[in-house]
Amino acid sequence: MAAQEVEVAVSGDVLVVAERFGGEWTEVTFELLAAGREVAQGLGGTLSVAALGRGTTDQVKALGAADVVLYADAPELEAFVPEVHLRVLEAVVRSRQPRAVLVANTSTGMDLAAPLAARLGVPCVAYCRRVWVEDGTVVAHSQVYGGKLVAEVALEGPGVLALVAGSYPAEAGRGTGSPAVERIPLPALEGLHSRFLRLIEPEAADVDITREEILVAVGRGIGDRENLGLAEELAEALGGAVCASRPLVDNGWLPKNRQVGKSGLTVKPKLYLAAGISGAPEHLEGMRSAELIVAINTDPKAPIFDVAHYGVVGDVLEILPALTEEVRRRKGEG
Amino acid sequence: MHVVVVGKLVPDLVEDLEVDASGRGLDRQFLKLVLNEFDEHALEEAVLLKEAHGARVTVLAPEAEGVDDALYTALAKGADRAMKLVGLGEAPSSRQIAAALASALPSLGFDLVLTGVQAADDLDGQVGMLLAGYLGLPHVGVVTGVELDPDGSRARVRKEYPGGWLAELEVQLPAVLGIQAAKQPPRYVPVSRVRQAMKEHTLEELSAEPVPVPRLSVRRLSKPEAAGRAEFLDGSPQEVAAQLVSILVERGLVR
Ligand SMILES: Cc1cc2nc3c(=O)[nH]c(=O)nc-3n(C[C@H](O)[C@H](O)[C@H](O)COP(=O)(O)OP(=O)(O)OC[C@H]3O[C@@H](n4cnc5c(N)ncnc54)[C@H](O)[C@@H]3O)c2cc1C
Ligand SMILES: Nc1ncnc2c1ncn2[C@@H]1O[C@H](COP(=O)(O)O)[C@@H](O)[C@H]1O
Repeated sequence: MAAQEVEVAVSGDVLVVAERFGGEWTEVTFELLAAGREVAQGLGGTLSVAALGRGTTDQVKALGAADVVLYADAPELEAFVPEVHLRVLEAVVRSRQPRAVLVANTSTGMDLAAPLAARLGVPCVAYCRRVWVEDGTVVAHSQVYGGKLVAEVALEGPGVLALVAGSYPAEAGRGTGSPAVERIPLPALEGLHSRFLRLIEPEAADVDITREEILVAVGRGIGDRENLGLAEELAEALGGAVCASRPLVDNGWLPKNRQVGKSGLTVKPKLYLAAGISGAPEHLEGMRSAELIVAINTDPKAPIFDVAHYGVVGDVLEILPALTEEVRRRKGEG
Repeated sequence: MHVVVVGKLVPDLVEDLEVDASGRGLDRQFLKLVLNEFDEHALEEAVLLKEAHGARVTVLAPEAEGVDDALYTALAKGADRAMKLVGLGEAPSSRQIAAALASALPSLGFDLVLTGVQAADDLDGQVGMLLAGYLGLPHVGVVTGVELDPDGSRARVRKEYPGGWLAELEVQLPAVLGIQAAKQPPRYVPVSRVRQAMKEHTLEELSAEPVPVPRLSVRRLSKPEAAGRAEFLDGSPQEVAAQLVSILVERGLVR
């Protein structure tokens, strides 16, 4: 099928795609509304939100920061199934012709942004940290190369933008206005090629890293599995716990419930000590609001140093044991 | 069952990345390219499917410096065929790759396309998802495990949701899946096996028709302007540790 081009959008309207999990709007939905408001203002258009799910009818008020809430409330939309949500969303976009569609760059939103853009024949900008309007042009900052570089891109016409969670203040998107509320008709949902089977709960954790005040986080820079002991010793000396970046969990070195980031947990400890972690956007999503961030990395240009308060350019294999020894000494144990 | 793995080479993020003189692109002169890490997982998952179900595996990647090595390595790991997508020029965008594949892949015939969930240079979206969008095929991204039905008509996939939750979805084939993590870490093959693959296989070429696609105009590529930057502590490991622990003591984090 050749993607049909969207006719030149004359509107300056912005459409935000609300995200839902467990019967609630997620935090990033309000961040998107905050960003969407700025863009709509810049374009002189209205801000709409597409709110798809089940049980949404009673929850449209929470989306009061938008001018228009376009909601669908149907059992078929209860769980996120990319094909289903995409079909509904495509119909909404084709009928409303917004200038910009804002989607969350989350593990569910990612499944919508690019295919939607491909089907509509419009550009897509992934990994946006900022979106604004300059002389009628939508401009975005997109994080590329694991956050090592930022691309400033301009969209002359309509497009889809995927926004990284944590980029805008959710409070600014928690309006209590009285938006126009419209129930959108569901397009035909027959002939689907995918269906939801079940939800699998995260394993119970022996340690709940979201409640720890001190976290020693290890990344691929630790090198070998045997070296994890160095982090455990430091965590023990500090009275904290060990957590990790994704690759270590994918390797099976640590359980999933110790993973910090986009597809792991969000933590906000008093101290987050990142050892051998580069600071990819997906990792930062889960820890950037820790009170004190200390990073140890051999690469002085690692993006983790942009969010860290204190940095050490050095080898974790040398720094971790030195820290453990020093902590023990100060505590009068060593 | 024919599984096509679509990969691409991206700059090794361990290396320094410099912006070129135009200020809008990467300085590619000394760039070291490696297969995108999530494509390694897609390949691993495909080889696991081959081992479990006897699927045929074809690996495809746009031509780039180092692509031959990456493709021979894929063959050594168990892929049956390896192809270079030629004709797209240097560093094609995700959109250009996806559009070219959308016209070239149907002639190859496939039941399943696996790609990495994303690549470090996916400024304009992920290749697999764009491809699914063009072909009108079902797709699921952020997948961490694929099981095939015995008759090969459907796949059962695990997709990640936020917060450590997983969903199990059933997808009719043909479909496109974006692999985040294979069921096991990507296997390692010794260089000797790669050399052997070089003797036993030849790389094929799939020519891409450049298709007009929406382009993003990149105004500027730059290092992130950090809101705050770490205060660096210098010295020997012991000196650094002493400074750091003093800071922690001051803040009441070490008592
Ligand atoms: C949809 C999606 C979801 C994701 N979710 C998550 C998530 O929840 N959490 C997560 O963490 N990632 C997640 N990722 C993966 C993310 O993109 C990165 O791949 C990952 O965070 C990198 O982990 P890392 O920093 O440990 O490894 P790398 O990026 O490889 O970094 C290793 C670092 O260690 C340094 N180093 C090497 N040797 C030493 C040494 N001896 N001493 C000190 N430093 C050293 C290197 O300079 C480098 O900076 C996700 C990706 C996707 C696509
Ligand atoms: N689930 C599917 N199974 C088989 N073929 C499909 C499927 N979905 C789409 N197609 C093919 O993709 C092409 C484009 O589909 P569409 O974009 O829906 O018009 C059609 O010619 C179909 O042959």
